[in-house]
Amino acid sequence: MLKFLLEKEIKQLRRNKFLPRFVIALPFMALLVLPLAANFEVKNINLSIVDNDRSDYSIRLVQKIVSSGYFRLTNYSSTYKAALRAVELDYADIVLEIPNNFEADLVNEKNARVMVSANTVNGTKGGLGSSYLLSTINDFSSDIRTEWLSQSERALMSSISILPLFRYNPLLRYPVFMVPAIMVMMMAMICGFLPALNIVSEKESGTIEQINVTPVKRLTFILAKLIPYWVIGFVVLTVCFGVALFVYGLVPKGNILTIYLFASIFVLAFSGFGLTISNFATTVQQAMFLMFFFIMTFIFLSGLYTPVANMPQWAQTISIFSPLKYFIQVMRSVYLKGSGFGELAVQFYALCGFAVFFNVLAVLTYRKSV
Amino acid sequence: MHEKHSERQSSMNQFLVFIKKEFYHIFRDRLTLWILLGLPVLMLSLFGFAITTEVKNTRMAIYDPSRDAATSAIINKLSANDYFIFERFLDNPQEIETVFKTGEIGLVVVFSENFYENTVRTGDAKVQLITDGTDPNTAITLTNYATNIIRAYQQELANSSYVPFQIVPEAKLLYNPQMKSAYNFVPGVMGMILMLICAMMTSISIAREKEKGTMEVLLVSPMKPLVIILAKAVPYLALSLVNLTTILLFSVFVLKVPVAGSLAVLISLSVVFIFVCLALGLLISTVVNTQLVALLISGVALMAPIILLSGMIFPVENMPIFLRIPAEVIPARWFIIANKKVMIKGLGFESITRELLILGSMAVLLITLSLKKFKNRLE
Repeated sequence: MLKFLLEKEIKQLRRNKFLPRFVIALPFMALLVLPLAANFEVKNINLSIVDNDRSDYSIRLVQKIVSSGYFRLTNYSSTYKAALRAVELDYADIVLEIPNNFEADLVNEKNARVMVSANTVNGTKGGLGSSYLLSTINDFSSDIRTEWLSQSERALMSSISILPLFRYNPLLRYPVFMVPAIMVMMMAMICGFLPALNIVSEKESGTIEQINVTPVKRLTFILAKLIPYWVIGFVVLTVCFGVALFVYGLVPKGNILTIYLFASIFVLAFSGFGLTISNFATTVQQAMFLMFFFIMTFIFLSGLYTPVANMPQWAQTISIFSPLKYFIQVMRSVYLKGSGFGELAVQFYALCGFAVFFNVLAVLTYRKSV
Repeated sequence: MHEKHSERQSSMNQFLVFIKKEFYHIFRDRLTLWILLGLPVLMLSLFGFAITTEVKNTRMAIYDPSRDAATSAIINKLSANDYFIFERFLDNPQEIETVFKTGEIGLVVVFSENFYENTVRTGDAKVQLITDGTDPNTAITLTNYATNIIRAYQQELANSSYVPFQIVPEAKLLYNPQMKSAYNFVPGVMGMILMLICAMMTSISIAREKEKGTMEVLLVSPMKPLVIILAKAVPYLALSLVNLTTILLFSVFVLKVPVAGSLAVLISLSVVFIFVCLALGLLISTVVNTQLVALLISGVALMAPIILLSGMIFPVENMPIFLRIPAEVIPARWFIIANKKVMIKGLGFESITRELLILGSMAVLLITLSLKKFKNRLE
């Protein structure tokens, strides 16, 4: 019985011209476009300077800031008010105001003030922008000190050198972070939406009633729907690996078979989830929206783009119930850090649990008779 | 004359009857209705509370071969901070690799030997801050936090002696002094929801009638085709206004993002944008025949670019040029820019004239295009 149903499903899939292309094109496009678009790096900060001093030192300070590479000097305003207007109109992100006795203060009293105003509508940009600016100003102070003080005087100021080291991604390339997350997202979307759509479109076209009047068992029916999409999951994953390798040069540090193993369980779990959803929806539209709702929640709460540890307690609790959370941990650990199966036992049990739970749920909630 | 008046009156009646029918359709599909009403709340909750680039409660491990006063002082300063939680001491450098692999530790601090002596005498004391680079944002943020704390310690040591030639910056944070990320995405979520409801739902609704065949039934009736189509748009206009209110209430009272500018300006801006979206929905529905395709087109061609390119989550300035150009064409982008100006910066009508002009012309263009296409298809 299962064999015949599977044959039917595969034939239907083959006849569908749109689907195979979609399954390959979507991950491809997502992996190409998203890492380019989703770049949280802060650079090219528009800087507006109000220099009331126009002295040697203030000009040197400005030059040092501009040559740091973080900023784009968009205007040199004559008043703070004009500079603020530039911020209002989004021509500037940050304003540096140098008072008119800057050099005098620095040379005579050995201390001078400046004013930094940052546009914090985009908190990250404003925060990082002002911290870059402040650290450049700090460097400038050290430069002056080096010029004016003798060696022994300088030595009195204690020094500690701080060396940052970024493990697994020394150049801090963003694709390293994004690509595994996009892979997981693609697998979730494709293996969640497609099975759900499958059953619901049968509901809408009425063919589901025909199956329901046959003696086919629920389990058989659900399995027949599940297995083709399980295979599709592998296809998607392989396409993703290919793009990651050829476009981004990302090679899995750990064993690629480990990823395939975990992926197979994940796809099983998530397709089961999709099938469960489709049991509750009567129209394609409902299934789509319901799925969209859950996938949105899962994607954002599972630590794909922002770490779970930073979220409030209630969000962290919800994330425990998300299969994506465990899968992305596996993906990043194996792909980037080279972890082995042994270190990922928790994730394995969690994903197995999800697979069993959702598929049993799918079978149980499927009603043959209304 | 009398006939014309009653004709116009009955046209109006027809229109109202149709609007009533459309409302019934919407209310009968409870599930979709609830999701449409709940989606803004979900999105705002997710963005407002769950997604944060702030880093805190990071577990920290230390490898300290010196174990002297200076290292203890630094360790205490780091642990006293909200950002770091002291987890344990490492016994040897090999453990560093292990703790990262299991993902239990976010920051490893390694001190050089004879730390205190090197600090005061030879001046070459070293601290190494090791973070997990797979998440660059977090890694940079953690490194910055730790660096600031260590520099503060350095400053303390140095304050016993006087440090000249100090430029003291005074920092001011404009518009969003508490750096709440909510300020950045509430306008974006607004744009997304309005686009979702007005464009996607309208196009799907019309496509559904086509698919079921009921559109033909309507067309052979004496109803004017235009009446039928416009009546489809009106309920979604109403629904989007409801959602707009929900979003504003949620942002002001739950997310504590106030509307700094004039509410009237904000609402008029939103209405213009709603018209653009409705016109887009109508346009899409003229070219599709099934719901699924309508959904995919609105989803892929409208929603995905909005989420990516409107500046809602990811800053557009960082994107390569070939992405920035399409970004300029997306109506949501102009809406969000203008929205931020009014809602966050509190600017008035004069500051958003450019955006209003662009949106207005888009609306006019799209409406004429879709009406034209409709006239063609219906004949």
